[in-house]
Amino acid sequence: MGRINDVGGVQGFGEIIVEQDEPPFHTDWEAHVFAVNTALLRQRIYHLDEFRDAVERLPPSQYLAASYYERWFLAIRTLLIEKGVFTEGELDDVHDG
Amino acid sequence: MSGDHADAPIAARVRRMEHLLEQRGLVVPGVLDETLAAFLNRASPTNGARIVARAWIDQAFREHLLVDAQVAIAGLEMSMGGGLRAQDLQVVANSEREHNVVVCTLCSCYPLALLGPSPTWYKSEAYRSRVVREPREVLREFGVDLRPEVEIKVWDANSEIRYMVVPNRPPGTGNLTEEQLAALVTRNGLIGTALV
Repeated sequence: MGRINDVGGVQGFGEIIVEQDEPPFHTDWEAHVFAVNTALLRQRIYHLDEFRDAVERLPPSQYLAASYYERWFLAIRTLLIEKGVFTEGELDDVHDG
Repeated sequence: MSGDHADAPIAARVRRMEHLLEQRGLVVPGVLDETLAAFLNRASPTNGARIVARAWIDQAFREHLLVDAQVAIAGLEMSMGGGLRAQDLQVVANSEREHNVVVCTLCSCYPLALLGPSPTWYKSEAYRSRVVREPREVLREFGVDLRPEVEIKVWDANSEIRYMVVPNRPPGTGNLTEEQLAALVTRNGLIGTALV
């Protein structure tokens, strides 16, 4: 069985949207997700294959709804919880502003 | 303040994660920004453009590049390493009869350490699903209208190996310097969704 990420040849995903002069990252948080992932990989909190797997096993509805770096964030979150680094409660204790 | 919840704006959720990681000593404040700046400074499509320009003017380099890209690019002081595990790199060259285009149907594999982050369209389901099914049509949408007799090869990158394309050298560029040639090469040209 393929996972939701295995989209080669699947029809119905619509048009390819190209953004002109796209920057490497659109927002600070995207860049920080990228940098956090690099830091955690370097410290061997998890391996690259584990990270890739964590992206690919996001629930299909979540995978499809999320932007690229949102998927990364969700995958890092999954691994930090599964490896016992933080609890879900700690990570979700978010106060706006 | 909106309390504890998992649907807070993503920026706030990322800040929270980073804050926890800093408290735990897994991330050092300020180091993330430095790492990021260093990465973006080192990894950009200009690296790929330099490789292509050299391949256009130096036949021996070109042959080496197409056989053993890792070693060839080390001669230009470039690498696929970037601090993490270095992935293998295979470089494929266009010709009058053949056009190459790169995708990662499973995710977003790309020569990141060399070229920097890939464009969003490269990571989109639309591109990943379609370019392996109807590459000629997809390339046409990118403005690459190939003659019917030109064969298209689609390279599906993965966790072990990344691909980069050497476009055909444009005609009428015989008197350009290596630097001027490199300036002609675009990121899409290195992926194969542009002619140069």
